[in-house]
Amino acid sequence: MALLHMQKTLQGYPPQPGLSCFTLSEVFVETVADAAALGFALARLPCGQRPVLWVQDRVSRKESGYPCIAGIGPLRPIIMVNVTRAADVLWTMEDGLRCRSLGGVIGEIWGDPAVLDFTATKRLALRSEAAGVPCWLIRRLAHPNLSAARDRWRIGARPSAPHPHDSQSPGAPRWAVELFRSRHAKPGQWVASYDRTADRVDLVAAVSDRTLDAGDGPAGQRAAG
Amino acid sequence: MDRQGNAPPDDIPLVLARDGQHGPVVHAANRAARLAGIMAGSRVVDMRALCPDLQVAYADQAGDRAALDRLVLWARRWCPWNVRDGDDGLILDTTGSDHLLGGEAAMLVEMETQLSLLGLTSRLAVAPTWGAAWALARHGPVRAICGAEDLAMKLGALPVTGLRLDPATVLLLRRLGLKTIGAVMDVPRLSLTRRFAKAALPANPLLRLDQVLGKLAEPVSSIDPAPRLIVQTRLAEPIFDPTPYLPALCADLCDQLQQAGQGCRRLHLTIYRTDGDISHLSVAMSALSRDPVHLNGLFRDKLDRINPGYGFDLIALEAADLGGVKTVQSNLDGGSDDDLELAHLLDRLAARFGDRAVTRPVLRASHIPERAEMRLPVLADAPALMPVPASERPIRLLDQPEEVRVLYAVPEGPPAQFVWRRQTHRVTRYAGPERIAPEWWRDRPGTRLRDYFKVEDQMGRRLWLYREGLHSDGRGGDPRWFVHGMFA
Repeated sequence: MALLHMQKTLQGYPPQPGLSCFTLSEVFVETVADAAALGFALARLPCGQRPVLWVQDRVSRKESGYPCIAGIGPLRPIIMVNVTRAADVLWTMEDGLRCRSLGGVIGEIWGDPAVLDFTATKRLALRSEAAGVPCWLIRRLAHPNLSAARDRWRIGARPSAPHPHDSQSPGAPRWAVELFRSRHAKPGQWVASYDRTADRVDLVAAVSDRTLDAGDGPAGQRAAG
Repeated sequence: MDRQGNAPPDDIPLVLARDGQHGPVVHAANRAARLAGIMAGSRVVDMRALCPDLQVAYADQAGDRAALDRLVLWARRWCPWNVRDGDDGLILDTTGSDHLLGGEAAMLVEMETQLSLLGLTSRLAVAPTWGAAWALARHGPVRAICGAEDLAMKLGALPVTGLRLDPATVLLLRRLGLKTIGAVMDVPRLSLTRRFAKAALPANPLLRLDQVLGKLAEPVSSIDPAPRLIVQTRLAEPIFDPTPYLPALCADLCDQLQQAGQGCRRLHLTIYRTDGDISHLSVAMSALSRDPVHLNGLFRDKLDRINPGYGFDLIALEAADLGGVKTVQSNLDGGSDDDLELAHLLDRLAARFGDRAVTRPVLRASHIPERAEMRLPVLADAPALMPVPASERPIRLLDQPEEVRVLYAVPEGPPAQFVWRRQTHRVTRYAGPERIAPEWWRDRPGTRLRDYFKVEDQMGRRLWLYREGLHSDGRGGDPRWFVHGMFA
């Protein structure tokens, strides 16, 4: 866990000078309509009032919706760019990474377009590291092809933590997080739970509960028994 | 205005006709037809009797008017304040502009040359008042120039038709024996007042005379305010691509802005085409700016959108939405200004993808989820913060809620299982319902309420579902279910 540097600082600078956490990270989403990856990326962005540049291509927006600021919170201003082609998404992200006053750049690209090759990701990674702005590339329905992203994640949703007051309702979200390629950290699998009030991500080793048996009964009975 | 290039030869009598009360009447006639004795306003059948080989075409009056309106803008190359006058004239307020073109006589020669290059015949005159210029251009000598002191003398010899009166009044004046403007001037003012006291302006020779002599003001109201900061480049011969000239224009404009202590939020690039038309291109900025490199960069991908026609010989760049900008000291440590960088980024994005693609979502006071968010153009100023809704909201919303097929245990209760995008989701846990009533002041009557549930399926995906309506609300059949958003 220490390898991952999940702590965030207020100024948004990396905790240790040698290890830059402001770089290009690529996230592969397990299912198309799954906001777990976005939750993880948003939780990893540095705190502060700096705006986030959010770029979507047309298919991503149509299939998986648009970010809702009522859920994200108004403390993180968003600049939304809706473009049609993946090439425009990459152009916008690159242009945004020239600007040091952004809090982060998030791009969503659908599928495996030809323009998203090793060179394009390398440009993004170098720019992101030079500007000190974290960059997240969210890929849906995509194959993990050759890429220069420093961290490559595969993220999906998992059943949430028990709600403290209501056993029927879902509690704090949990995500299955797999870091399958990384330059600075050791790859591994975790179950991340997110504390919304503290804006903190906790990772535990990926040991999950057994799946429910047919005879286990509803949640209320299980809690009682 | 025969733009199509199929104008008949000059020796064939040709008239343009328009619909009159008793059949078509002559709208305009060419030189050969005029020599044959054909006058505008008479009936075409009568004129055919007069001249058997007369050719008739219908006049495109709306097209002529639109072309004249374009010509008004094109004529801004000489002076910034001009307006269309009737159906066949332009009024240019050349005050203060003539010395730029070498005096009034040289200015008229230049104008006539340029207009004749467009294939237009023009009759020009310079006079202190609108009415005097009108009369001199139509009835005076070629390229008449008239000062304020010899106004009465030069106008006195012109016929009364030069007073812009309607035909009935002209006829009346002729019958009274007043054939020239000078004759009308000599009539005692009292008699004219007595005769024409109640007449409207086009039928009132006294008012028209006052307008001609400048006793009654007749201001020129141009169609939009004159530009304040503008630079232009005159080209020796027509070109098609303005790119090489833009950096110098931007630098000149920014020099002017610097001297005025101002910045601009909007730039208008206008090219004046050789075929008598103009093309526009505008870019906007989110913050006041006078940085030539930045301004030039905003035009980068847009220049191929302008239509150069057969080439253009004049480029003008105008700054609009001006505002005061103080000179900013650059940081001593060599760092850059954060706000400025962000503003420049937004300008670049908006210039490339358009105003509507780059937005800044902000909260709005509404309980309906899709209305609780408003997309402001980034080039506008940011509004005040709105409070966040108290209950939890998803971090993703779908553009259009997608209908799902649902199994439920109780009609008003949560779903037990639903099929969305051809996949079956079994609901393991849920929270809700959260009831959101329709906004009666905006929605159509009969809009159903929504009961929102946050559900978690067997794979752990957390979705936001709603049931539209109740079974017993009497607003349609069975309620339908929709997926509206995704939680983290």
